[in-house]
Amino acid sequence: MLDVSNLSKTFGGLRAVDDVSLTVAEGSISALIGPNGAGKTTLFALITGFHRPDGGAVRFMGRDVTGEKPFRIARAGMVRTFQIVQPFAGQTVRENIAVGAHLHIADRTAALSKAEDVARKVGLADRLDVDAADLTVAGRKRLEVARALATDPKLLLLDEVMAGLNPSEIRDVIPVIRAIRDSGVTILLIEHVMQAVMELGEQAWVLNQGRLIAEGAPRSLAGDPAVIEAYLGQGMARRLAGGRADA
Amino acid sequence: MKRLFLLLALFAAMALVPLVVRSEFWLNVCILTVFSALIGQAWNILGGYAGQFSFGHALFFGVGAYAVAVLQVHLGVNPWIGLILGAAFGAGVAVAVGWLTFRYGLRGSYFALVTLAFAEVFRILANSTPWTGAGEGIMIKLSPRPSMMQFKDLGHYYWLLLAMTLACYLTVWWLDRSRLGARMLAVRDNEDAAAAIGVDAFAVKLQAMALSGLFMGLAGVFYAQRYLYLDPGIAFGPTESVEALLVAIVGGIGTLFGPLMGAVVLHALSEGAQVALGSLPGANMVIYGTVLVLMVLFMPRGLASLTRPRSRRKGGRDA
Repeated sequence: MLDVSNLSKTFGGLRAVDDVSLTVAEGSISALIGPNGAGKTTLFALITGFHRPDGGAVRFMGRDVTGEKPFRIARAGMVRTFQIVQPFAGQTVRENIAVGAHLHIADRTAALSKAEDVARKVGLADRLDVDAADLTVAGRKRLEVARALATDPKLLLLDEVMAGLNPSEIRDVIPVIRAIRDSGVTILLIEHVMQAVMELGEQAWVLNQGRLIAEGAPRSLAGDPAVIEAYLGQGMARRLAGGRADA
Repeated sequence: MKRLFLLLALFAAMALVPLVVRSEFWLNVCILTVFSALIGQAWNILGGYAGQFSFGHALFFGVGAYAVAVLQVHLGVNPWIGLILGAAFGAGVAVAVGWLTFRYGLRGSYFALVTLAFAEVFRILANSTPWTGAGEGIMIKLSPRPSMMQFKDLGHYYWLLLAMTLACYLTVWWLDRSRLGARMLAVRDNEDAAAAIGVDAFAVKLQAMALSGLFMGLAGVFYAQRYLYLDPGIAFGPTESVEALLVAIVGGIGTLFGPLMGAVVLHALSEGAQVALGSLPGANMVIYGTVLVLMVLFMPRGLASLTRPRSRRKGGRDA
């Protein structure tokens, strides 16, 4: 469904994304993980047209969308959310979501009622008339998802929708994401919450300093020495293994 | 629907004014007030709904005014046709300016300054080209016949203006319940977030420019026909630019009734000041400035926020 090949982006002297290739299969939930500053969000921005890549290509549903404008990519069916939530403050939850619904629905009343349906799916139905600026962090994260979902995407790119949530809120969100996938939307997520990655992800890629260092099923990655070192520092994999041997 | 009813009732009541107000002076005050309400709403489409603050809205006003005047004086084009052309020129110039500025991602204060500069450029051009009458200005020949859009009765001018204004307010009423309006608000509140869910912000801003320029152009046509005289300072000077944004900001940007309230309050204040201070020159400008500062400090969402405190807009507005 999504084919990223040899994508690269440099900011000044920094190779934020370095020769990254990955393929997302239709109907899957996959995850992009890696330590802070690894380039995950930049990769999302490159895929969805917010940044123009220096090299490489992005193909979505067989079509080359490299460097296209974000709104065109969204219209093609690939929609991202933002790690730093971007609500339309001053507008209600219903109005926020309706903007997404308007992508394919011209009629205002129909878009507003679609917004209600989507709000129900992500658990915002009781806050439809609340000003988006008055939502809690968890509420805003849900709003991000809802707005994107209202566009009827084929592929949803979720950027840390669980960051800043408490464990019980995370437990609530996981089934929501699974239900979205079950309704036919392919999902690629960036996530630091490992519980979510383990429970949801069928496939994961690990990004470190702009490069892919590992890929596979999330459970197998957790034991991968390269991944452990990326997160915890050089030599940690060996030390952890040693510790286990000692015990 | 409730809001549409309220809007039509208000305009119906306003239409009665010339039948009740016999004094030319007060009818003139009413004309100036409705005129402010028109240009304030035109500004509001771009500034309040699409979030692009223009400091040079006189540009589109002047283009509309000069269009009807020049076409009439030099080519003998009937002003009723000039009205359509003036509105079209207003919209066209607005789209051209928008295309040039938004193309390069100018936003916020940069956009404001560029619009100001464009208005100045047009003022200077109008000052130096012979067919606009240059600095001397251009005079439309007096021929008080409705077919020439000139009226003996001031009340008829008032009704013409009111019809234009109603068209503008109906457009905004429609915006409030349309996809385009929703997209304008989305672009205003967060352009990146809007783009991420498929909103073509550039196209939305151009459409806002077109609508805004169209009604400013109409206002220009009215002005030219009402006073039958134009010069570059009147057409492209800062007066109309300031009035348009002031009325909208004081009344409440991004609201349907805000500019109308702003126009009424500002003209009431300015007339009150004239009475209190005599004809001290520039007194109304001092008042405008003071009111603007106070509004921005204490009521940033304008007078309209008084009618709907805190929760601003409910649900689907009039759903």
